[in-house]
Amino acid sequence: MTSAAVETHGLTRRFGALTAVRDLSLRIETGEVFGLLGPNGSGKTTTIRMLCGLLEPSAGTASVAGIDVAAAPEQIKLRIGYMSQRFGLYEDLTVAENLAFYGGIYGLRGEAAERRTAEIVAFLEIGPRLGQLASQLSGGWKQRLALGCALLHRPVVLFLDEPTAGVDPAARRNFWQAIHDLARAGTTVLVTTHYMDEAERCTRLAMMSGGHLIALGTPAEVAAQVGGGGRTLEDAFIILQERDER
Amino acid sequence: MMPRLWPMFVKEFIQMRRDRLTLMIVTGLPVLQLLLFGYAIQTDVRHLPTVVVDESRTPESRDLIAAFENTGSFTIIARLDGREALDRALARGTAAAGIIVPADYPRQLLRGQPATVQVVVDAADPLSSQSGLAAAAGVAQARNLAILSAAAGRAGPPLEARVRPRYNPGLRSATFIVPGLVGVLLTMTMVLITAMAIVRERERGTLEQLIVTPITKTELMLGKITPYIGVGLVQMTTVLLVGRVVFDVPLTGNLLLLYAVALIFVIASLSLGLFISTLVRTQQQSMQVSFFIVLPNILLSGFMFPRAAMPLFFQWVGLLLPLTHFLKVLRGILLKGVGVAALWPEIVILAAFAGGLIVLAVRRFRKTLD
Repeated sequence: MTSAAVETHGLTRRFGALTAVRDLSLRIETGEVFGLLGPNGSGKTTTIRMLCGLLEPSAGTASVAGIDVAAAPEQIKLRIGYMSQRFGLYEDLTVAENLAFYGGIYGLRGEAAERRTAEIVAFLEIGPRLGQLASQLSGGWKQRLALGCALLHRPVVLFLDEPTAGVDPAARRNFWQAIHDLARAGTTVLVTTHYMDEAERCTRLAMMSGGHLIALGTPAEVAAQVGGGGRTLEDAFIILQERDER
Repeated sequence: MMPRLWPMFVKEFIQMRRDRLTLMIVTGLPVLQLLLFGYAIQTDVRHLPTVVVDESRTPESRDLIAAFENTGSFTIIARLDGREALDRALARGTAAAGIIVPADYPRQLLRGQPATVQVVVDAADPLSSQSGLAAAAGVAQARNLAILSAAAGRAGPPLEARVRPRYNPGLRSATFIVPGLVGVLLTMTMVLITAMAIVRERERGTLEQLIVTPITKTELMLGKITPYIGVGLVQMTTVLLVGRVVFDVPLTGNLLLLYAVALIFVIASLSLGLFISTLVRTQQQSMQVSFFIVLPNILLSGFMFPRAAMPLFFQWVGLLLPLTHFLKVLRGILLKGVGVAALWPEIVILAAFAGGLIVLAVRRFRKTLD
């Protein structure tokens, strides 16, 4: 039996009176590109933040790469990569300096650091931009750099929180190409989105609404849940969400 | 040991170097404040604008008025005809002092009766009136002694106090203010810089990214502080150099010792700022809290107002400020030239502040977003 890359049982997070995530149970296998789909405020970001150790769960358990999130949050951090909606780049540092900083924080030194940085630069084709300040990059380039910074330490699980928000279509296509390359190499990817075309590219999906799960399965399975018959994922999403709100 | 401190330090250093504010803080601010405090703030009040009503108009009265003017405390701007005119000048604020010599002044002197001269001072501002009052009393006393000695047939007064103002013989404000200014400037800038440190990362979204990395709280905090230690010491050097060249402030004692203690003080101030940074949520809040902290530092530390004059309670509050202790070290070394033997209690207290505040900041910081 292989251990799951991510596993949650009854994961719950409350902010005062508001329950942002309610009783979420998921199992994500190694090498999956798993999509968390849902409108704003459905609990996607809160879920990812709990899995990365940014927020403590109010109830339930979660493990990432076989390690319990609540028990050993710092041990998880070497095994995960995280890219937030705001990219987390230092705008007053250059591309090269951002890579050097995050590499150093993840413990890359000397020759190993140079080799790994060169790999990332080649993989994301950011060589010509190395000397530019991050503040001068377009959304697409910022996204690539942020991905590069999150990949330097070869994470086992990669968390991407709305990575393509504010990025043009060509850059989005390239980005998803990179995601699938990573998954083929064995990295598990958990990505949140509200773009349907991106959801279609995931191996499996979890649809969230109001902090809880409303559908789970491959894109085709989720579409079939509302009767199939030429219904798209978008139709399924709208129907399921309306049902949930009733 | 702490392998991630170096990359954190490098990052902070690059950011600091690119920030124009840093350059301003190191050079512009010290020079500006020095000129402001050094030139504008003079606690020794001289040349009070004075009006005179001389009702006797005799050589004796003119002689007396000249004696007042010779003290340097009074500058006669007008001679008026009546007491009403004098009152008006004081009320309007054109004059800060008035001298009235009655018509019978020379006659009373001659008869050996007590002669009077009236000195009126605008005491709305106690600080400026005090020097006028003291100077007036001084003139009267000198005159009395001269008259009495002459009457007794003595060459001089029976007792003379020989006062030696040590460490600042010219009683100059700048000599007192400039060393203190080193401490005040360091407090202001060091606290403010690091008070912004964590919140700025929080506001820009990079703190979130840092939290998901394996960096430890101590590495993060020390990485934030260390680049600015250099900034603090450069700033101090600027103030001392300008103070020396422009205001002729003495640098009497062991400068190496001064820099060593300044290092401790800078670390304490930076840690205080860092602690503030863990308490607030926005850069604006951190700015407000910093100013809230800087004000008591200026008022209660003994920088401008003597601590001995404060009620006991505020003297105790002053002891809670690192600046109070650092000022003793600054003035001790720069003006008196004393060493560790005299200053070790202050040094120990400052080291305790620095260590305690770092621990407090690291403890307060939580590596989560809530």
